[in-house]
Amino acid sequence: MIEIEGVRKSFGKLEVLKGIDLAVDKGEVISIIGASGSGKSTMLYCINALEPIDSGRIVVDGVDVHAGDTDVNKLRRNIGMVFQQWNSFPHLTTLENVALAPRIVLGKSRQESTEIARKQLDHVGLADKFDVYPSRMSGGQQQRLAIARALAMEPSYMLFDEVTSALDPELVGEVLDTLRLLSEEGMTMLVVTHEIGFARDVSDRVAYFHEGVIEELGPPAQVIENSTSEQTRRFLANVR
Amino acid sequence: MDYTFHWRPVFRKLPDLLEAGLVTMEVAVLAMLVGVVLGLALAIIRMSGLKSITWFAVGWIELARNTPALLQLFFFGFGLGAFGIHLSPFLIVLFGLSFNNAGYLAETFRGGFNAVPPTQVKAARSLGMTPTQAYTRIVIPQVMRVVYHPMTNQMVWSVLMSSLAMLVGYRELAGETQFLASKTYRIFEFFLVTAVIYYVMVKLILAGSRLLSWRLFRY
Repeated sequence: MIEIEGVRKSFGKLEVLKGIDLAVDKGEVISIIGASGSGKSTMLYCINALEPIDSGRIVVDGVDVHAGDTDVNKLRRNIGMVFQQWNSFPHLTTLENVALAPRIVLGKSRQESTEIARKQLDHVGLADKFDVYPSRMSGGQQQRLAIARALAMEPSYMLFDEVTSALDPELVGEVLDTLRLLSEEGMTMLVVTHEIGFARDVSDRVAYFHEGVIEELGPPAQVIENSTSEQTRRFLANVR
Repeated sequence: MDYTFHWRPVFRKLPDLLEAGLVTMEVAVLAMLVGVVLGLALAIIRMSGLKSITWFAVGWIELARNTPALLQLFFFGFGLGAFGIHLSPFLIVLFGLSFNNAGYLAETFRGGFNAVPPTQVKAARSLGMTPTQAYTRIVIPQVMRVVYHPMTNQMVWSVLMSSLAMLVGYRELAGETQFLASKTYRIFEFFLVTAVIYYVMVKLILAGSRLLSWRLFRY
């Protein structure tokens, strides 16, 4: 489980997280919605220690992420992350993209890591692209590759940072379908997204971020359909 | 035109010219290797942002790129000589060319590193890679591809620039040609043949580089 307690974080004078509390249970899918600059993405980066925090605590499966003696490299094996810009490694084939980390981080044999890569690429529907370089693939395919790459580490948690925002509209569906598939398989997911429809259909809970705080948190039926918060309603009216 | 070509003196000395061509390749390759190491160091110093040392890298790069290579060579020859430091012609050429190569390559490398988005490192780290793994597996291979062709150009430039060595008394290809031409007075013939030898050497470098790039970069 992920426990976030009183997390604050500033970039220079700008405070982007002003005391965030959130507990994510195993198997739960939480969508994080909110305007640009509300701190949603920064929150994700803090969970796997890609960004340091100023105060508060983030504990993942009992490990304090930002404690001085925490091995972040070991911690990150358990927390997959997919980015807005998919960041496929352009010098490696899809198979190599996925197989690299299991081999050099987890120390699996070349054969074993290739087997894992095949399985995960098949999982996200890229079984016909093993030996293709990412530059030959569409944004949607590259984003699914990034998902397969993260899954190959067999993480307990997956963080998705606006994974469809940089995609052409016609490619959004295939990536969201992959996220749906993962949620049906019981993956614990934190999904920062502007896809309100997806948030409503797939999430167990929705968190609405507003200026560095969680303005509202609850089941989609509450936050998206029957929000009591003026802020949330105004935001939803604007994105829909 | 009443100039009569006499090729025989040139062809008789062809083995000497080819041997001098090897000397050229030797000093150019050495200067390239030293230039790569120093250039990488300069690029890292410049990118470090540490004010106390960046001035040194910036100064080197500025001088190397914005003054004539010949004057750079003269600095290591006559310049240091004025202070009582007398280097052998070989070392003057090696240092001068290395100085020049390092200045150009530093900017090439800096451009190469800047061309790899920082998010590549983030993605690598998010998979649990250490900083060293992220750099050796993800960043450097991409930098290599960006800098490969500029490096090839610098290698060619290194070969051609080494002909300045004849002005500090080093008997590489141009120096040897000058020496033989002045002994036989067949100046035009000698330099024409030497030009062909330079041309062939450069073409070989370019062909080798292309073959290697097919092998190295398949994406």
